[in-house]
Amino acid sequence: MKRINLILLGLVVAIATLPLLLPVTRGLAEPFAGADAQAQAAITRAHPDYRPWFSPLWKPPGGEIESFLFALQAALGAGLLGYYLGLRRGQAQRRRADTTDVPD
Amino acid sequence: MHIMEGFLPPLHAAAWTAVAIPFLVVGARRITRITSEHPRTKLLLASAGAFAFVLSALKIPSVTGSCSHPTGTALGSILFGPSVMAVLGAIVLLFQALLLAHGGLTTLGANIVAMAVVGPWVAYGCFRLTRPLGLGIAVFLAAMLGDLATYLVTAAQLALAFPDPVRGFLGALAKFGGVFAFTQVPLAVIEGLLTVIVVNVLNQYSRNDLDELGFHDRVRAGSSAALKPSTA
Repeated sequence: MKRINLILLGLVVAIATLPLLLPVTRGLAEPFAGADAQAQAAITRAHPDYRPWFSPLWKPPGGEIESFLFALQAALGAGLLGYYLGLRRGQAQRRRADTTDVPD
Repeated sequence: MHIMEGFLPPLHAAAWTAVAIPFLVVGARRITRITSEHPRTKLLLASAGAFAFVLSALKIPSVTGSCSHPTGTALGSILFGPSVMAVLGAIVLLFQALLLAHGGLTTLGANIVAMAVVGPWVAYGCFRLTRPLGLGIAVFLAAMLGDLATYLVTAAQLALAFPDPVRGFLGALAKFGGVFAFTQVPLAVIEGLLTVIVVNVLNQYSRNDLDELGFHDRVRAGSSAALKPSTA
């Protein structure tokens, strides 16, 4: 199972890095722009008279703050998930150790 | 798949919010029931939310030369049933709307419907249908198709609000679908693979939690999604 997971993880890394190695951004105004922003641009292109009627209450003041908050989001998620899996792994190992121990 | 703040006309924003609310209510009730009947699975439930939290923060490059992110909602959907993901997905979307100006409050309802309702339900249905093909294959297809469904719904929501001046809804659907769909395919594969990895690890170390949820029984019996009453 561990081997299968490592292979799957390798595939994930390959799929994520392949676009960086291929010349896929040739001719694009902004390489690797977000799809959400592109959809927004498509709206404004097709409907130039549309005005957003509400704007975000708060915006991260600057790109650094934005990347900090994205990193925080990922860290919170990965931290909790890692805590859970580590806890259960430890419990599973202890159970196994308990059952294989020969009682006196 | 985040529709930006203010980028749905008020009527559409209100309608999608109205669609999302019943799913949130049912999801909240379901979470209350799960945590009271199966208290030992609380941490797993939180972890399923955490999985969506981390995956939707990762903007990954795609072969189209643009970036997008997975949703991570399939894991919780196949473990706990799709309705809980309405609430967990909404928390993720609210965090991003308030702190990252990513998505928005007026578009929260539409984004919840896409990411926290349709995606999880498609994932769940797909999981149930393809389960006989093997656990790994079913999890992979569920997560991949759930992810793609989310982006397809976003494209449809935008096409409804902004039909093409000449070719109408379908023309706009093709346009917005073109922005999201091709970019999303490799990311949906990534989401499928990551979800399989987590389910594999859960299967190995967290068997008790899965049994408590009747995960494997439910799958074998092919019965309704109802959770077994706790035997503990």
